Amino acid sequence: MRPIISIKDLSKTYKGGFTALKDINLEIEQGEIFGLLGPNGAGKTTLISIICGIVNPGQGSVTVDGFDIIRDYRETRSRIGLVPQELTTDTFETVWHTVSYTRGLFGKPASPGHIEKVLKALSLWDKKDSTIMTLSGGMKRRVLIAKALSHEPEILFLDEPTAGVDVELRQDMWNIVRELRSSGVTIILTTHYIEEAEQMADRIGVINNGEIIVVEEKKELMRKLGIKRLTLDLQTSLKKIPAALKKHKLDLSDDGKHLVYTYDTMAERTGITALLNDLGKSGIKFKDIHTKQSSLEEIFVTLVKRSS
Amino acid sequence: MNWRAILAIYKFEMARTGRTLGQSIVSPVISTVLYFVVFGSAIGSRITEIDGVSYGSFIVPGLIMLSILTQSIANASFGIYFPRFVGTIFEVLSAPVSFLEIVIGYVGAAATKSMLVGSIILATAGFFVPLQIAHPFWMALFLVLTAVTFSLFGFIIGIWADNFEKLQIIPLLVITPLVFLGGSFYSISMLPPFWQTVSLFNPVVYLISGFRWSFYEIADVSLAVSLGMITFFLAACLTLVWWIFRTGYQLKS
Ligand SMILES: Nc1ncnc2c1ncn2[C@@H]1O[C@H](COP(=O)(O)OP(=O)(O)OP(=O)(O)O)[C@@H](O)[C@H]1O
Ligand SMILES: [Mg+2]
Repeated sequence: MRPIISIKDLSKTYKGGFTALKDINLEIEQGEIFGLLGPNGAGKTTLISIICGIVNPGQGSVTVDGFDIIRDYRETRSRIGLVPQELTTDTFETVWHTVSYTRGLFGKPASPGHIEKVLKALSLWDKKDSTIMTLSGGMKRRVLIAKALSHEPEILFLDEPTAGVDVELRQDMWNIVRELRSSGVTIILTTHYIEEAEQMADRIGVINNGEIIVVEEKKELMRKLGIKRLTLDLQTSLKKIPAALKKHKLDLSDDGKHLVYTYDTMAERTGITALLNDLGKSGIKFKDIHTKQSSLEEIFVTLVKRSS
Repeated sequence: MNWRAILAIYKFEMARTGRTLGQSIVSPVISTVLYFVVFGSAIGSRITEIDGVSYGSFIVPGLIMLSILTQSIANASFGIYFPRFVGTIFEVLSAPVSFLEIVIGYVGAAATKSMLVGSIILATAGFFVPLQIAHPFWMALFLVLTAVTFSLFGFIIGIWADNFEKLQIIPLLVITPLVFLGGSFYSISMLPPFWQTVSLFNPVVYLISGFRWSFYEIADVSLAVSLGMITFFLAACLTLVWWIFRTGYQLKS
């Protein structure tokens, strides 16, 4: 796969002197869904805004499909659709006009058919003649998505697209994202709902304090950084962990009915066999046993804590 | 050139005018009619003629200039300030459009609208006083040049302003006095010599003089000087706008 977006040594210091991005190096591959995660103020929106031409880059360079975002801005920008984080829509325009306007702005010939398709996919068709100010917040979000899709971009940025959005729209949106992806559109999304990134993304980048901490295939990331928990449901509850089991990393639940063993999936030995042996020797019997892998959310929290 | 983008911006802005037809067109017409009635009849009864033209007819070009100037500035400054204020400007910045295209779209729409208002005022004036346009081509040229120049100027104000007060202050503090002192309602030659000299520093004098010449062939300054001045303003505004987009001043952080 070739990178469709290539970011080299990108830094950004805002006028007030605050450095929002430090030496970012990142490649986004064609056709993937890339999840950009990071706590508030990490620099996600700044990064996206630079690529889209809304914020001036500081040092470094960004190319989109081989074109430089400054020198060949027409080439790069015409490929990109952006759904911004803030709900910034026109007020007095109708849905139809505002979406058609975006298409014109991006230099595409009018195509009522395409706009109709987009509005229908976003359940906005019956609102097409309503003025935007009469719409609810979630519907305005849909309008922003429709605007971004109006000019048939090859790359779609979704900056917190699901903030303040109900379940139904989220479903609609993920269906659209999947459909776009299968038609070859590259999608970069930021979200605070990490389970969404876990569900949707092919690769994950984590950014904190303006620095990329990790970029990894989602599955790989979860395998590498994931820890597993083995829970034993005991037949008789324990008061404390027996001395013979001290050498294992065990936790006893408050009610004394469960023993929890945490282990690293990447380690050569998980230590499960030894643990089970020792349990047998100590005469501890259990009814059931189950394991659970840590979620992306837990991984994310660990990573961010570690980096700051 | 991304003509489609220019057209999109232009149509978008004109649609805004269409929605606010009342305040965009009707109110300047009403206020001009009021000027006309008040100045024309109150002063016109004392000054009957200036340079062989009846006072009522004499003030028509000045009145049109007055509204072209204020309308151009108001339309263009609001046109670009509003998307900055609500944040929708992001879309224009992220679109594959050059600064020139953005300017043509916004300024073209603002200038069109003020020329429309100017033409309506001209037609309205025709009901009150006899009008004569000696040089229609020159009249149209002055109209277009002034509308474009001051729309550009308004565009600059709309980018410079970071609150609504600033948006109002330049038109109120600078433009209106300059227009009133620029010979809209009198001929510069009627002033004492000292004030005549001072007037020559007022750029609006040159606009009104040239415009009035195209009607009645009477002028305070020569046509060439008038044209030279307006071209100079146009160039100055273009340079400023060019600099704004090069640096991203007030548009990009
Ligand atoms: N125009 C600006 N001028 C100065 N500082 C800014 C500007 N825009 C953003 N910042 C700062 O840059 C940092 C990164 O902001 P950014 O909006 O990129 O974060 P983010 O990762 O998108 O956060 P969130 O998850 O809250 O949206 C923040 O500390 C913010 O205060
Ligand atoms: Mg953000």
